[in-house]
Amino acid sequence: MKKFISVLLVAVMTAALLTGCGKDSSSNQVVVYNWGEYIDPDVITMFEEETGIKVVYEEFETNEIMYPKVEAGASQYDVLCPSDYMISKLIENDMLKEINFDNVPNFKNIGKQYVDMSKDFDPENKFSVPYCWGTVGILYNKTMVSEPIDSWSVLWDEQYENNILMQDSVRDAFMVAEKLLGYSMNSTDQKELEECRDILVNQKPLVQAYVVDQVRDKMIGDEAAIGVIYSGEAIYTQRENDNLEYVIPKEGTNVWIDSWVIPKNSKNPENAEKWIDFMCRPDIALKNFEYITYSTPNDAAKELIEEEDIKNSEIAFPDLTKYNNLETYVYLGEEADEVYNTLWKDVKSE
Amino acid sequence: MMKFLKKFYIVLIFIFLYAPILTLIVLSFNQSKTRAKWGGFTTKWYGSLFRNDQIMSALYTTIVIALLSSLIATVLGTMASIAINSMNRRMRSVYLGVTNIPMLNADIVTGISLMLLFIASGLSMGFGTVLLSHITFNIPYVILSVMPKLKQTNQSVYEAALDLGASHLHAFFKVVFPDIIPGVLSGFLLAFTMSLDDFIITHFTKGPGLDTLSTKIYTEVKKGIKPEMYSLSTIMFVSVLVLLIVVNYIPSKGNKNN
Amino acid sequence: MKSKSKVLSTPYTIWAIGFIIIPLIMVLYYAFTEKDGSFSVSYVAAISDPTNFKALMLSIVLSLISTIICLLLAYPLAMILASSGVDRSGFIVFIFILPMWMNFLLRTLAWQTLLEKTGVINSVLKYLHLGQINIINTPYAIVLGMVYNFLPFMVLPIYNILAKIDKNVLNAARDLGANEFQVFLRITFPLSIPGVISGITMVFVPALTTFVISDLLGGSKILLIGNVIEQEFKQTNNWHAGSGLSFVLMIFIVVSMLITNKYDKEGGAVL
Repeated sequence: MKKFISVLLVAVMTAALLTGCGKDSSSNQVVVYNWGEYIDPDVITMFEEETGIKVVYEEFETNEIMYPKVEAGASQYDVLCPSDYMISKLIENDMLKEINFDNVPNFKNIGKQYVDMSKDFDPENKFSVPYCWGTVGILYNKTMVSEPIDSWSVLWDEQYENNILMQDSVRDAFMVAEKLLGYSMNSTDQKELEECRDILVNQKPLVQAYVVDQVRDKMIGDEAAIGVIYSGEAIYTQRENDNLEYVIPKEGTNVWIDSWVIPKNSKNPENAEKWIDFMCRPDIALKNFEYITYSTPNDAAKELIEEEDIKNSEIAFPDLTKYNNLETYVYLGEEADEVYNTLWKDVKSE
Repeated sequence: MMKFLKKFYIVLIFIFLYAPILTLIVLSFNQSKTRAKWGGFTTKWYGSLFRNDQIMSALYTTIVIALLSSLIATVLGTMASIAINSMNRRMRSVYLGVTNIPMLNADIVTGISLMLLFIASGLSMGFGTVLLSHITFNIPYVILSVMPKLKQTNQSVYEAALDLGASHLHAFFKVVFPDIIPGVLSGFLLAFTMSLDDFIITHFTKGPGLDTLSTKIYTEVKKGIKPEMYSLSTIMFVSVLVLLIVVNYIPSKGNKNN
Repeated sequence: MKSKSKVLSTPYTIWAIGFIIIPLIMVLYYAFTEKDGSFSVSYVAAISDPTNFKALMLSIVLSLISTIICLLLAYPLAMILASSGVDRSGFIVFIFILPMWMNFLLRTLAWQTLLEKTGVINSVLKYLHLGQINIINTPYAIVLGMVYNFLPFMVLPIYNILAKIDKNVLNAARDLGANEFQVFLRITFPLSIPGVISGITMVFVPALTTFVISDLLGGSKILLIGNVIEQEFKQTNNWHAGSGLSFVLMIFIVVSMLITNKYDKEGGAVL
């Protein structure tokens, strides 16, 4: 009897432990780690059907959530889609693999200006392939504001108390404050940053909520009058609610690029390159653009857009030369990161 | 008057508990994709739910993990309860103290501690780690359901069975087990429900590509819940409700016959 | 008997050491070491940083308020349910467990839909010309979310213990001339204390350490200690800092466990 129970036990325990260890990644797959809602799900199916490679797909909400998971190494991703400054952080910490561009022939479809812009964070264009780009601006509800909006200062206007949605990520929140005060959004000056923290603290009582992508639903539902939003979301919200208007504030803003990169510990770099190449195909880039409405750097795909007003949209494809003080985030180093994080925590815990 | 007040109070609490659930059920029939506006009545999300691979695979993972973890926890927990029941007082309080840890400890601390363990031991985060974690926090629920029933069983009946020549195993299954079945079953159900509803511990112990319904919902919270999620929850909720009514109806009918 | 109990207890012993004790030791290890592995108390002491301390204090205040509200709501409810007397315990338990079959995050999120400025409750109030309630993204909404989520954990233990009280004892007291209030004060309440205590821990601990409820109903404006810890692990990636703060939380939890154990020797009243 004892024997029987012991055998049973051992069986149960080993079964449990085996499932624990046995999950080794199989050979023909690609583990993709992308932003939430940042791809047309059909594209994943198409990729699987055309290449026979199984896609393991995971999503993140902010760059800051993505980084530690990649760094921890407990999860091995094959291809990621971080933003500019996070890419330079990954490069600096030697966590990326060089992309073999011979395997990415469709790279030729990416517009030259975006490849040049990428040099800010990937100086030799060795590690990254642009996927989406855009600006950060203010989305406002025409029926809920008293005058046309053109400045970040409206986010400190007391008449909009409890009607303001701020971005819930360190760099974006500080960018707004830095631009308003006329500083660079890549400032590492302690005094400037503390000043930014102070005005963000002052702003907090006016803020309804700090949100990431929820700004979209809340603006559509008339929950708030003004929100800080990525340009890509703006087109979608306008389709759902005619009263919404997007503006790039006169003090300048962030121009960002999200690009595909391959982490060093990738187990299937060839599959990752196939994935990247697939994403650069004009028809696929177009499909993604139509689904997620974020601006595509893929010139060939842009040419395929049929609706003229989207093709010429100031939101989707703004003429960047018209705006002043546009900047791209750069990685500021671990020390500055910590300063930003601490100051942001000050704001949040106020 | 008093009776009316009592009824009224119960109804109020009932509304409080079930208003959000009703809201979710209503949202599952909302034509509009966003939670923020009502776009008319539709049942289309119930159809598209079954074509949504991501949600279906999250559902599958959730159920497999809930089933496996509550089954294993029930076996381990029932055995442990019997052992604890026959221990002396000192050992018993040590065991019960340890058993209380995952129940009373904060989920976030349990989740973090398991995550640190898995990373240190080099296990790759995924299905296995989530399953191990769920078993861990499920066992106490089983033990705490089985223990009271065990205390009610009469040790001498078991010993009498042994005296009459039954083997330990035979005596156990013939004499003790029938008495504790209700405890074992409620422990299993409780464990299953806890596993199904867990988010925090899964959040810390899962790996890439693996999602339970909870973690799937959490990532969707930030960008807008897919309406299919509401219809799935409605289906799950209604089926359990129906099950509950059926189960409750049968014994009450039996009582009448008696 | 001895050897049998050994065979039966071994797997659980191994399991408990491997997945309960050792993981907690890991938290202690990270809490008391620097990144280079040297001993340090700085991460535990970090609780006295103004931001962390404020978050902890706020968590304590909000979870205390929620616990009190839960108790005030649950006690009369448990009394009513217990006095209804019928053998319906299974049904009653199920009524409170049933909501768990709808995902916890979705249920909490539904409160957002209910409470929003243009949400369900306000639309109804507006229709009735009754003014508006604006509690979403405030501490009030978080308290509401905590009470909503943890109320069953208060009701069930109190109900269980009240249902077990021998009615003859109460009747005897009445026969001896006690009025209903005295019966409650002298008999019912003292006998129900173990249930109340386990209810309080079952509500206080999860409320103290939640990060999800504050996330969903607080508009990320309100930082509780759970949020701070979660961010240390998931965003700032400082496991030592996160473990240090977790250790502080564990102190609170151990204290509540000791209190529970004192009143509830067998752990039976918890369920």
